[in-house]
Amino acid sequence: MTDLLDEAARLRRGLSGDASHDLGDRIVESLYTDAARIAATSVDRDDARAKLTVDRALDRVLTHRVWGFVAMGVLFFGVFWFTIAGAAVPSDLLYQLLVENGHGWLRGLFEAVGAPWWVTGLLVDGVYLATAWVIAVMLPPMAIFFPLFTLLEDFGYLPRVAFNLDRLFARSGAHGKQALTMMMGYGCNAAGVTATRIIDSRRERLIAIITNNFSICNGRWPTLILMGTIFVGAVVPPALAGVVAAGSVVAVVIVGIGVTLAVSWLLSRTVLRGESSVYTLELPPYRPPQVLRTLYTSIIDRTLKVLRRAVLMAAPAGAVIWLVGNVHLGDASVAAHLVTALNPVGWVIGLNGVILLAYLVAVPANEIIIPTIVMLTLTLGANTLGAAPGVMLELGDDAQIGSVLVGVGGWTLLTAVNLMLFTLLHNPCSTTVLTIWHETRSVRWTTVATLLPLGLGFAVCALTALIWRLVV
Amino acid sequence: MTLDELPRGQRAVVTALDLRGGERRRLMDLGLLPGAAIRADMTSPLGDPTAYEVRGALVVLRRGQARTVHVEQAGTGEG
Amino acid sequence: MGTPLPTPGVGPSPDHSGGACASCALSPASSRLGLDPGRYDHVVALAGNPNTGKSTVFNALTGLRQHVGNWAGKTVARAEGGFSYGGAGYRIVDLPGTYSLLSTSTDEDVARDVLLFGRPDVVVVVVDATRLERNLPLVLQIRQITGRVVVALNLVDEARRHGITVDTRHLTRELGVPVVATAARRGEGLPDLLAAIAQVATADDPPAPLRLVHRDPALERAVAELAAQVEARFPGVPNSRWVALRLLEGDAGIEEAVRTGTLGDLAEVDGTAPLHAVSDPQERSA
Repeated sequence: MTDLLDEAARLRRGLSGDASHDLGDRIVESLYTDAARIAATSVDRDDARAKLTVDRALDRVLTHRVWGFVAMGVLFFGVFWFTIAGAAVPSDLLYQLLVENGHGWLRGLFEAVGAPWWVTGLLVDGVYLATAWVIAVMLPPMAIFFPLFTLLEDFGYLPRVAFNLDRLFARSGAHGKQALTMMMGYGCNAAGVTATRIIDSRRERLIAIITNNFSICNGRWPTLILMGTIFVGAVVPPALAGVVAAGSVVAVVIVGIGVTLAVSWLLSRTVLRGESSVYTLELPPYRPPQVLRTLYTSIIDRTLKVLRRAVLMAAPAGAVIWLVGNVHLGDASVAAHLVTALNPVGWVIGLNGVILLAYLVAVPANEIIIPTIVMLTLTLGANTLGAAPGVMLELGDDAQIGSVLVGVGGWTLLTAVNLMLFTLLHNPCSTTVLTIWHETRSVRWTTVATLLPLGLGFAVCALTALIWRLVV
Repeated sequence: MTLDELPRGQRAVVTALDLRGGERRRLMDLGLLPGAAIRADMTSPLGDPTAYEVRGALVVLRRGQARTVHVEQAGTGEG
Repeated sequence: MGTPLPTPGVGPSPDHSGGACASCALSPASSRLGLDPGRYDHVVALAGNPNTGKSTVFNALTGLRQHVGNWAGKTVARAEGGFSYGGAGYRIVDLPGTYSLLSTSTDEDVARDVLLFGRPDVVVVVVDATRLERNLPLVLQIRQITGRVVVALNLVDEARRHGITVDTRHLTRELGVPVVATAARRGEGLPDLLAAIAQVATADDPPAPLRLVHRDPALERAVAELAAQVEARFPGVPNSRWVALRLLEGDAGIEEAVRTGTLGDLAEVDGTAPLHAVSDPQERSA
């Protein structure tokens, strides 16, 4: 069949000038000439100006050098605030239903049918409790965050954000649309990684994938907020506690954006060098979003899918938590051995062995970090609160968690600050790692995306701990 | 002159594209062809990129790309 | 207007060696592109520029009967769904939003391949009524591939607000295919759109692909000459001029289709689209 191609090449040469190049232009030009003619004869514009100025006025504000950033801050703060505040009540309800009541009821059921203690422990105290916790913690914020985000998307606002921030990304050698995938990452990194499909160039897409983990996802917000509230807010007088606690969380977010730009810059100048691709962003007109449709699709398409994966990951993790707490090797549980082994490393980076073990167990889903830490602390510390070993304690109250961590775990402000930093800078959850592999089909880049943030976390935390111990 | 020199709010007509291959095609797909009327609409608050109005749509170009588009300035303003 | 397109949906498929094995007639290219109609009677592809409300049209047509996945081997999202109208089942596939089919991105490759090799019964092109000039080049490119096109002139509500009116009858004459004004967000114009889809899906004699006359005589001669050779090599290819033009331009995707013979998939079935061999002809002739 190649003779046909030869013939095409011959005819192409026969056309005047630099044929293939001119030819493409001529074809597109003739398309646009026809399009312009047809449009001119079919379209009748009346007072076209009058209405378009509404869009323009909106754009003047939303891309203004001062108000543009103010609006961006307010909108995103609003989305996060709505997510955190709005999720509190339904999360509590789910918590009461699934964890407090459901767990007791299920335990009673297992005991009533005479199940062996280890079956009850593994399935009810391990698998069920971890899964219930993840649903209670994750479902409400996701069900709020995803629709709100989709509404902003439908309204046509997100391309304006990319437009406003493009220069920062251009200077880091990244694609302007990376701003959009980052924002998806604040909901869920797996979703953010999938969203990088909007970036055509492989080089820039890899940068966006590797740095997406520096956008704090839903699973990590609770840890940050809890640490900010219990430890950082407690440093200042009660009147200021709320503001300082929120400020510490925002500070971590800003550090995350800085790290994103720095790592992008570093990658684009080393292993992922190359030309910036042509940036064909179009600013669509603003459109009133379809609220009901958005609610439906974002709950079905995004929330339930992400939740399903999280649950699939949490169930086995719950089993592991119970097993390491209850299987004994010699005189101590597996957990105790691991914590003892991890403690020296933990000390160097200003954390402790329990936290590191919790991160190992919680690879599947970041949202079980705090419950795992508390459970391990209680199991391994003095059994002062009389909890059964290996049960994720049902602690509803922040102050109670705080007193356990300080009293039994020996935590300080440094532990909390470094845990906040480590929350930002560590390996992505296994769902995200799997998604990265799925999107890149490269073991090498998946490894880089997994280990680079972890290495960065160790370095930053060790540095913070070193300075802290020298100064304080 | 090139497109990056076009002051905000001013109109011009595209005369040539200094690009080849895929990048050229991509700009042409957005309607940036010789003969197309174009208007510098607004600039990002950080100074770059700039949004241009072409065939009724707002297309965003970074300064480096705008430099590859040759234009001839026409009248002024929104009229 | 030149030779009529093959007419899927009419009459039983010609005898393919086995006869008993209906699905054997599916060409590899079509099944790879996933346009096999399965239990549906007709396959509809939905095309359009980004930001035209294409997904709103898709949602309005399919309701809850939809499914999102990936195009085979590509990281491009693929949504598809179904609907029924006038007693016939339609399978609708949402193509990636593109400005063009001239292959500068994976999205455009996917859209182009489906339109060319998947040979849907109807291509619905969603265009933004407020930006007609920007949207028409894609419509014209699709019209060059096929005549089985319905143009959904969407966002007419927005156009009205902006004082823009589009003469759909004039546009219909210019494009040679039905143009239906819609405001999918409000459900406006959807009955007309469905009727137009059904009409094109069952048309025995759809309009021929648009034959763009090139103002340059040298180019016109080259296209004509190469098109004749394309037809000689792959008899029955419905859009030889389009293929010739792409080859002249050095389009890597089409060159590959020539080299591997995928292009022949279009021709081999000789007048009956391969996608339709599975369903019962009785149902469709209504």
